[in-house]
Amino acid sequence: MLIIGELINGMYTQIQEAISKKDKKIIHKVAKSQLENGADALDVNIGPASLNQIDDMKWLIEAVCEVTDKPISIDSPKPKIIEEVLPLVKNKIIINSTDAQDEKLDILLPLAKKYNARIIALTMDKKQGVPRDRYVRSELAAKIVSKALEAGLNIEDLYLDPIVLPVNVVQPQAIEVLESIKEFKLLSDPPPKTVVGLSNVSQGSKLRSLINRIFVVMAISMGLDGAILDPLDRDLMDAVITAELIMNKNIYCDSYLSAYRKK
Amino acid sequence: MSFELLKEKWSNRINTVTIGATKDEGGSRTSVVKIGGESTLPFLFEEGEMPNKPAIAMEIWDTFPKEWPDLLKEPFLGVLDKPVEWAKRCVNEYKPDLLFIRLMSAHPEWGNNSPDRIAEVVKSIASNVGVPFIVKGCGDEEKDNMVLSKVSQILHGERCLLGNATQKNYRTLVASCIADGHSIISENPLDINIEKQMNILISDMDFSLERIIIYPTTTALGYGMEYVYSLMERSRMAGLSGDKLLAMPIMCFVGQEVWRVKEARGKVSDFPKWGEEEVRGPLWEATTAINFLQAGADIVVVCHPKSVEIIQGYLKEIMVNEKHR
Repeated sequence: MLIIGELINGMYTQIQEAISKKDKKIIHKVAKSQLENGADALDVNIGPASLNQIDDMKWLIEAVCEVTDKPISIDSPKPKIIEEVLPLVKNKIIINSTDAQDEKLDILLPLAKKYNARIIALTMDKKQGVPRDRYVRSELAAKIVSKALEAGLNIEDLYLDPIVLPVNVVQPQAIEVLESIKEFKLLSDPPPKTVVGLSNVSQGSKLRSLINRIFVVMAISMGLDGAILDPLDRDLMDAVITAELIMNKNIYCDSYLSAYRKK
Repeated sequence: MSFELLKEKWSNRINTVTIGATKDEGGSRTSVVKIGGESTLPFLFEEGEMPNKPAIAMEIWDTFPKEWPDLLKEPFLGVLDKPVEWAKRCVNEYKPDLLFIRLMSAHPEWGNNSPDRIAEVVKSIASNVGVPFIVKGCGDEEKDNMVLSKVSQILHGERCLLGNATQKNYRTLVASCIADGHSIISENPLDINIEKQMNILISDMDFSLERIIIYPTTTALGYGMEYVYSLMERSRMAGLSGDKLLAMPIMCFVGQEVWRVKEARGKVSDFPKWGEEEVRGPLWEATTAINFLQAGADIVVVCHPKSVEIIQGYLKEIMVNEKHR
């Protein structure tokens, strides 16, 4: 499974400080520790407080790329920012993200194609907002898939995100998301990939790590292909590795946890 | 409408392992053997690369192989109790890529020779033939640990392949291989889970995954070949799909299994309908080996000169697709 480390995000005080002080050491440290703990790619998000978004994003990505050649997930809701930084990134790229609106798809899908990047697409748009159930999610996903095919994208580079919501706020949504992961797979052959921003499920809850862990295992059993998560949560990573094993994605051996981490 | 081949694409490649070191590389071999490096299942040259031809090793013992059937002893009459001469005959007359020395004389029931004495013999073989070596103990764990560490030292820098590391007994051998620069045979009892576990145990001792060869405990044709075949294939497919703990070349001790079974060793007088054993025996050995080559084996170890010839001929024909090299 594609593990995208979520910790380089201006939402975290430490990262926000590093950005404002232009202190690369902290960024290097957080990047490395995520990779050492099993991240396949690193999400990079400047957070809401940035005053100079493009420059901050450039600086942040540059800092991360100094310590890794693994893929970088450029995380911004603004296509303009993504477009500006794309040419500067030598690592493989994950565009994070588009949604189902034409104005975003029309800019970002061709960019994904041009830069040979993978792209995450949220199944939401302005009209619907956050989708209320699996049917709306599938409808929007179908639109994204057909637009992606039109744009000539390799469909396996498309990661549909059904939008995970906090279980303590909208409890009925969790099962809708899980069902969507399964249903998205029926949209094309080969099927699109699926990804979730995991930590959102436990936002504001008390037992965050436990909720994340259980939810990701359930999602993997539905066929989840990737997750943006905290790879430093050892129990969570162990659960991911074990769920993948149970799904027959990797060959068992007694030391399968460390075998996975050796990859 | 044009015909289009459906091609499988793999994300990973099997490790390339070099056996043997020339003088320039710190050894004394006159040739070296490279195996592995595949990016496809065997011989599917349209799907990927198979940059190195699988290697053939011939088996000799350091003591008289009293259990061998007459027809297998016949080509080596006069040298079976002289390991150096036996080695020379194999290498000079039958041209295998590698020589496999089974240190049977170490076994308490096969002479119980001392590590020093065995090492002397190995040293003498090394100075008389130029091909790279595979060396394996007698199967008695305690004795093998003593003998193999001595032999490993004698062959220091020759970049041999030493075996076998098993789940119960691997530490001493791994340490020797690290100290003397050899590669190692990682054995499992026909069990892909233990196969993976063995490789992680060995690599946990800071041994490079790129110097491990898998030996999955093979069989003779007619004795569960399908099972062995599918296990080897599954392991190879996992390796090609990105499982680094299974992306190793595979070897098979073919002779050791084949010459035990009646189909290979049975006399025509006992099995009149089966035909002459001089033809049948080597054919059984070569056919078994070719099956394993098709399953993904990178080294096959055989005993009979005629088998070597048949397999050499087969490889010459099937590896004809030079443009993919």
